[in-house]
Amino acid sequence: MDRRLAIKWMLAASAGVVMARNPMLGASNPPGIAEPEPPFGYGKDSNLMKASKPGDYWPLTFTELQRRQAAVLADIIIPDDGKNPSATSVGVVDFVDEWVSAPYPDNLRDRKIILDGMAWLDEESVRRFGRRFAESSEADRLVLVEEMSRSQKAEPDAGSSQAFFRLVRDLVGVGYFTTPVGMKDLGYVGNVPLATFDGPPAELVAKLGLVDEVKW
Amino acid sequence: MAFITPSTTADAYDVVVVGSGAAGGQAAYTLTMDGARVLMLEAGRNYDPSTETPMFQTPDMAPLRGTATPDKPYGFFDATVGGGWTVPGEPYTNASEDPARQFMWYRSRMLGGRTNHWARHALRNGPYDFKPRSRDGLGFDWPISYQDVAPYYDKVEMLIGVYGTKEGLENTPDSPDGVLLPPPKARIGELLARQRARRIGIPVVPIHRAVLTRPLDHVGIPPKLHPGNAKAQRILAEDMRNRAACFWATQCARGCAIRANYQSTTVHIPPALATGNLDILTDAMVREVPVDEAGKATGVIYIDKRTGSEHRVKARVVVLAASACETVRLMLNSRSKRFPEGLGNSSGLVGKYILDTVGANWGGQIPLLENLPLHNEDGAGGLHVYAPWWLYKEQLAGTLGFARGYHVEFGTGRGMPGGFAPYVPDAGGRTTFGAKLKEDARRYYGSHVGFSGRGEMIPNDDSFCELDPKVVDKWGLPVLRFHWRWSDHETRQAAHMQKTFADWIEAMGGVNLKKPLNDGAKVIDPGGKVIHEVGGTIMGTEPGKSVTDAWSRTWDVPNVYVADGGVFASNADKNPTLTIMALAWRAADRILDEMKKGNL
Repeated sequence: MDRRLAIKWMLAASAGVVMARNPMLGASNPPGIAEPEPPFGYGKDSNLMKASKPGDYWPLTFTELQRRQAAVLADIIIPDDGKNPSATSVGVVDFVDEWVSAPYPDNLRDRKIILDGMAWLDEESVRRFGRRFAESSEADRLVLVEEMSRSQKAEPDAGSSQAFFRLVRDLVGVGYFTTPVGMKDLGYVGNVPLATFDGPPAELVAKLGLVDEVKW
Repeated sequence: MAFITPSTTADAYDVVVVGSGAAGGQAAYTLTMDGARVLMLEAGRNYDPSTETPMFQTPDMAPLRGTATPDKPYGFFDATVGGGWTVPGEPYTNASEDPARQFMWYRSRMLGGRTNHWARHALRNGPYDFKPRSRDGLGFDWPISYQDVAPYYDKVEMLIGVYGTKEGLENTPDSPDGVLLPPPKARIGELLARQRARRIGIPVVPIHRAVLTRPLDHVGIPPKLHPGNAKAQRILAEDMRNRAACFWATQCARGCAIRANYQSTTVHIPPALATGNLDILTDAMVREVPVDEAGKATGVIYIDKRTGSEHRVKARVVVLAASACETVRLMLNSRSKRFPEGLGNSSGLVGKYILDTVGANWGGQIPLLENLPLHNEDGAGGLHVYAPWWLYKEQLAGTLGFARGYHVEFGTGRGMPGGFAPYVPDAGGRTTFGAKLKEDARRYYGSHVGFSGRGEMIPNDDSFCELDPKVVDKWGLPVLRFHWRWSDHETRQAAHMQKTFADWIEAMGGVNLKKPLNDGAKVIDPGGKVIHEVGGTIMGTEPGKSVTDAWSRTWDVPNVYVADGGVFASNADKNPTLTIMALAWRAADRILDEMKKGNL
């Protein structure tokens, strides 16, 4: 997967402070200073208490056709597995649309990759199977997805269908695992107030041969 | 007295405090609790953590799932609501275009400043850290020693609430009994990291953080902090009762609505306001400290950002606590016939010896931590343990290739998914998807460790700031222009950090995601990126070689004090905030004494 996102995830999933303080996770703006201020976006002082939804801060991009393709792709990447629902059921298509529509540098870069890739995917599907990706048979779709998922390199070549798919997969992953449903699926059980913090389960500590020996 | 507007300021105050963060908050607290009438000026807006902190919000409630953007460089929910790496209308510049010579300046234009989002790491400088030149011949000694500051560390720790332990380690001071709060239990990955670190000679101990692991002792502490001052004791006791202990959820960087962690806005400002001695003016950008013919400061001139109008306020004493570099800028912009090169700058040293912390990062994946049973690892919203610098013997012997030490902060665990793609390895050259993706995401979630080194930089002649000759901000005030250079001491240290982290990951049976680099210049974070900006108005023993004296008072102007990190003559690996507060308290005590003696 994309190393940039991989390392971000790794640290972000660690203790909160590392995420908050680690500059690797910070701005997408380069260390060139006195840069032009972003003329758009949600600004530096938006209301943090107000829940928002895609489209609240900037207009969305996807046409109905693009939405359909994105939905099919998203649910191939994160399907309903009987225990937990699929990506589309927690608004992942809206999130990807919000992502490619945002005015920030990372998003503008990803926008081109995603929109070009989506156009290519429909063309390729029509060329080989006579129908757009979303209208193709499940088997035909899977042929294309399997091909896009194959990359001999850790970082797929820029502009390749593999790079497009990698990015879509990462965004769908973000969109899904950051919702309460996705967090539960992943096994995150925090974000609830507790009277005490008791540390890891004793049997786990013992199993790993560790000792909880903090003096106090 | 309370929050006021330019039209309701008093004619004159005992003390004007410029800035409301760690330094301004502490100075205002100490001064007002002892009866001084204080005006605090903040360039950003008012900010109330009790109503503005997104405590339990999940990323799906935020734009872009809360991920970092140029508007919010630490994510949407981060407490910084007034700035970041850029502040609209208030630029700064770098003299060089060389990427290796950039300085990044993080500013929080809001009440409480950067304390609202800081990591709450509250480490004391040790005895060596005040006398580095005596130890290795580099940089500067401070005019004060650990013994001078220790009583103030005690007081600050009791006031703000800090968890940690006494470990008896070299140059890593213990606090007296009864000062610290109990540390939280270590998370599973922290226990594993500690066990394996021992094999490679690295000590891992509870970190000190400004988070309440239990309620503060509101009976015992106030008389210790304010002996003989019944009013102050009563106010502080009442305020301590209103701070809840941590409920083991939510990230501290968002701020804390229940006041379980330290921010100036949750700890310093409320009791200071309760004294009735504090006025606070927000959206007030101080542009000049004017002086009279005798060379004494008369107060400040500030711009009301809401109207653009300019106002003056008088005070007997001016305390500069605007952040190291913003204080430099204010002093350099305060030119007069008496001080043509800027207030307090007869030495020419205002702006010199800007320091940040050396930062380098690394991460790995730990198979032993895969597929763990589900459990809650939110804990105290940040680190529970860390590794203090341990190679003192090698350092003294000069065998490391760099002079100063670093400590290691590291995170493991099952924190809230923060809006980044799940780490799943590519299976046989394939981007995983479908059922396998879900399975792998569950398996690898919580199995990573991320390390950050935090090291000491040595002051050098090529790292400083000055007024840009051309660029002004939207108020017409000249902005800062930065010069920056890491020396070999820092870049070699950064490479050493990364090598250490890679070894540590291997000792944990883990997988390094990449090979560490030997070239420290490629490893080190840009200057300023760790947001430990100090120096620029360093303290010393004589006027020509420093900007302030040992009491943080400017040599040139007897009623101007610098309370922020500007006075640091060195920047130990320890995070600077606790020391900033200790020195601000000490300077405020001195101001009170001098006012009582009629010297101010």
